Amino acid sequence: MATSTTKALAGEEPPGPSRAGDGKETSRRRGAWLHRLDVKGAPYAFIAPFFVVFAAFSFYPLVYTSWISLHDVELATLDVMEWVAFDNYVELWGDSRFWNALQNTITIGVISTVPQLLMALGIAHLLNYRMRASLFFRVASLVPYATSVGAAALVFTMIFERDFGMINWGLGLVGIDPVNWEADKWPAQAAISTIVIWRWTGYNALLYLAAMQAIPADRYEAASLDGASRWQQFRHVTVPGIRSTIVFTIVLSTIGATQLFGEPLIFGQGPNGVTGGANNQYQTLGLLLYEEGWKNYQMGRSATVAWAMFMVLVLAFVAQRLIKRLRSRTS
Amino acid sequence: MTTQSLPARTDAPARTEPEKPARGGRRLLRERAGRTHHAGPLAYILLVIMAILSIFPLYWTMVAASTDNTRVSQTPPPFLPGPNLFSNLARAWDEAAMGKAMINSTIVAGVIALSTVFFATLAGFAFAKLRFKGRNVLLMLVIGTMMVPPQLGVVPLFMMMSELGWSQQLPAVIFPTLVSAVGVFFMRQYLSEALPDELVEAGRVDGAHSLRIFWSIVLPVARPAMAVIFMITFVHAWNDFFWPFVVLDMTNPTVPVALTQLSAGYVRDQSLIMAGALLGTLPLLAMFIVFGRQIVSGIMAGAVKG
Repeated sequence: MATSTTKALAGEEPPGPSRAGDGKETSRRRGAWLHRLDVKGAPYAFIAPFFVVFAAFSFYPLVYTSWISLHDVELATLDVMEWVAFDNYVELWGDSRFWNALQNTITIGVISTVPQLLMALGIAHLLNYRMRASLFFRVASLVPYATSVGAAALVFTMIFERDFGMINWGLGLVGIDPVNWEADKWPAQAAISTIVIWRWTGYNALLYLAAMQAIPADRYEAASLDGASRWQQFRHVTVPGIRSTIVFTIVLSTIGATQLFGEPLIFGQGPNGVTGGANNQYQTLGLLLYEEGWKNYQMGRSATVAWAMFMVLVLAFVAQRLIKRLRSRTS
Repeated sequence: MTTQSLPARTDAPARTEPEKPARGGRRLLRERAGRTHHAGPLAYILLVIMAILSIFPLYWTMVAASTDNTRVSQTPPPFLPGPNLFSNLARAWDEAAMGKAMINSTIVAGVIALSTVFFATLAGFAFAKLRFKGRNVLLMLVIGTMMVPPQLGVVPLFMMMSELGWSQQLPAVIFPTLVSAVGVFFMRQYLSEALPDELVEAGRVDGAHSLRIFWSIVLPVARPAMAVIFMITFVHAWNDFFWPFVVLDMTNPTVPVALTQLSAGYVRDQSLIMAGALLGTLPLLAMFIVFGRQIVSGIMAGAVKG
């Protein structure tokens, strides 16, 4: 049966009677031809919409970005492109705002991603126990994921407010002076990272939980027979067992970190938002991209920042690879 | 309901071709027989803390949205709801363009979610059950597109939209996200498991053409996964920020765009801001309360991130 269906799926003509009437023969032929066309062509027709939309609205803009970055283009006159070769890149290289934004993107990226993934790992471990109300805890951990960047950033802006914010009030209770969360560099970056961590920890925890549930139980049994403690089991069975998911979340978080935009923008509350604070103390590359294009009207330079972001992303993955290789060599 | 139908077709018929191990539906929510550790008190305490930290900012949004501006700015901050919730929500709806934003976001997220579901099912079916040259390469290409951050192409995209005359118009935010690679991949994984080859073959034997098979055989089977993709895409489209912020303005915003305007106002009315934030979150929150189980299982099954 399998062979006959394979043939049918592959569109091979079923063997028919060779001596049929002429009219019957042509209509049968036509039917077979249509069938063949359908079987051969339909798959491509079914996947075409995805590729057409992706090519038009993602791939083409991505490639065209590099072309634009070699020109001067103003926001008001988008159709006037003046060729400047690599001037935009040279200027960007000499621009302290770029290095500042790059540094901020990296530091915010690290202090938002590392605690986020570690906490997600812990929460996933807890959720993996047999327990009551497990669905409630899972949904609760996803509530921040349902909150838009806008709403989340607005609440946290208020919680981190200098004069009446809840955090400073709490710090005051234990005798710590109020922190100026917006104006000072490191507090601002910590507050912005808090928003990111809040929104994505539960989501990552569920990804880890799904992976943990796929680890065969006998691995744990073997480990506990060998006298491994719970912590050792976690380190030597659970973590290696979900390694590919960990890599996946690191990749996604790294991409997210290089693109960071909404949290610092809204945290800066309007006028200071795009510049990332009065002294650019938390301006990310995403904000710089927007500032160049839509505040300074320099679309060419904006495209240059976009390419720089892409290069940062590529470098981040190369660095991760290198670290991984070095670690496996030393161990 | 989806928890039963989405995962675990351990009785699925043997496939005619070797399949890579699915990171999808099958292992979703399958309770491992050997998992004997029960949660101790400490685990419960930690999880309760986690739940409080997750929910508190939203709870406090509601508290702040239900008081007035002076009360929000006092120390200690309010922890219990006040009497002004509905009047503040009404003000946010009228004054802060939130009404228009809510309608726009419903249209945008609804259209994007519907089209993503449809095209993902179409392509997922082709990748899961049809044979064609280059299938694996094309599938790898789909997965590869997930790694492309959309922000990078924003300058040409903006130029394209102004050339098309779509600047500040909803089509500018709808068209670029009509499809989703994650959706395609998720549906492909799901249908590989859930749709028996025999069903497709039976359709062929009956002389049905591919579209007909898709319509009457694939769609009914795909329904649970379609629901999950719809909800997750809706959440992402509703919350999408960067591109709508770039291409739309305050005359015609989506919810996240309108929220930025709330905070940038010259007169900072904190309880109005919080009312807007709450209003913009309510539809998704309602969805999570009703369909929490399905969304959780969907995320666990597909590693879905738009």
